[in-house]
Amino acid sequence: MESLTLNHFLTLSAVLFSLGVFGVMTRRNAVVVLMGIELMLNSANINLIAFSRYNGNMDGQMLAIFVIVLAAAEAAVALAIILNLYSNYNTVNLDEVDQLKE
Amino acid sequence: MEVAIFWLLAVIIIASAAATVFSKNIIYSAFSLLFSFLGVAGIYAMLSADFLAVTQIMVYVGGILTLILFGVMLTNRITMMSLKTDVFNFIPGLTIAAVMLAGLLYVIWVTGTWASDSPAAWDTTVETIGTLTITRFLLPFEVVAILLLIAVVGASFIARKDKQKIQS
Amino acid sequence: MFEQYLPVLLLIVLAVAFGAGSLLLTGLIGPKRPNQVKNSAYESGMEPVGTAHERYSVKYYMVAMLFVIFDVEILFMYPWAVQFRMLGLFAFIEMILFIGLLFAGYYYIIKKGVLEWE
Repeated sequence: MESLTLNHFLTLSAVLFSLGVFGVMTRRNAVVVLMGIELMLNSANINLIAFSRYNGNMDGQMLAIFVIVLAAAEAAVALAIILNLYSNYNTVNLDEVDQLKE
Repeated sequence: MEVAIFWLLAVIIIASAAATVFSKNIIYSAFSLLFSFLGVAGIYAMLSADFLAVTQIMVYVGGILTLILFGVMLTNRITMMSLKTDVFNFIPGLTIAAVMLAGLLYVIWVTGTWASDSPAAWDTTVETIGTLTITRFLLPFEVVAILLLIAVVGASFIARKDKQKIQS
Repeated sequence: MFEQYLPVLLLIVLAVAFGAGSLLLTGLIGPKRPNQVKNSAYESGMEPVGTAHERYSVKYYMVAMLFVIFDVEILFMYPWAVQFRMLGLFAFIEMILFIGLLFAGYYYIIKKGVLEWE
């Protein structure tokens, strides 16, 4: 068997990213859209860490740490918004939420 | 051995990510996301990013996934309606995702000129991360503190308004 | 380098095998003789009321959200603590600043009564 190259990891992350894009674009439920965004952030992290490993440089890993922190803050705020949306509209389907005021 | 483990993890990640995206039931989506995150943690360990692998499990699986599950439980009356959400824009979404994947794969395999040979692995990364946080990444480190402060205040403010509305 | 993760892999395989194996074996070889007493709630256990699928209160979400945000701090504190002797006073002051900013958020939560359970 051939050995692992950088391209293996990049391909994995490309597939994961496309799945995330598909989820964000096709799902109606805001929570599932958030899951798609998390998948995309994970694939970006795989890219950063793979390049960091194959270049022998730690900067990619540091950047990945900041991405994880941002993802945590983003999930907290996004779910707070979704909960507020639910209490105002009684739905989290994004195509039914089409007004800026009640 | 390494190649076999890589393929095993890749199959786990892709299959559970696909289940997350395609599944009609939100609970199934959330739980397959768990396996996706765990597989990504394994990939980090393969890339000798040990600290990030632990971080992935701690923050993503232990934190963000819990939050998402709370989001699922709080926004769906499970008894009233089935947890199904329909997929819309299926064909356009699939087309755009496929075109994006093709473009990425073209860039990676055809035009990419980066080195593909593996240099020596790090023993442990925690010490280097600790030093870099305080030296080279000092400003982002402090900005992250401000960001987390804003996230705490903002999220509790937004969700608290919701609480008052329920009480009144 | 990768060999050091073999114990972890072995642990995962053993844990999954034990869990799945014991579930499967009890299902396969255990005797099944249910009767009414066995199926009732244990001793003075209460009869369940309503369904288990009630909508949760937002208060639980607030606690989970605050947990996640303060969980993230550990990510920076742990490498800092490992390297503490090497980094010196400057790093200590910077970390005090970091924790101070997060404590401002904590103070806000307490003052606003987000964690009050009533």
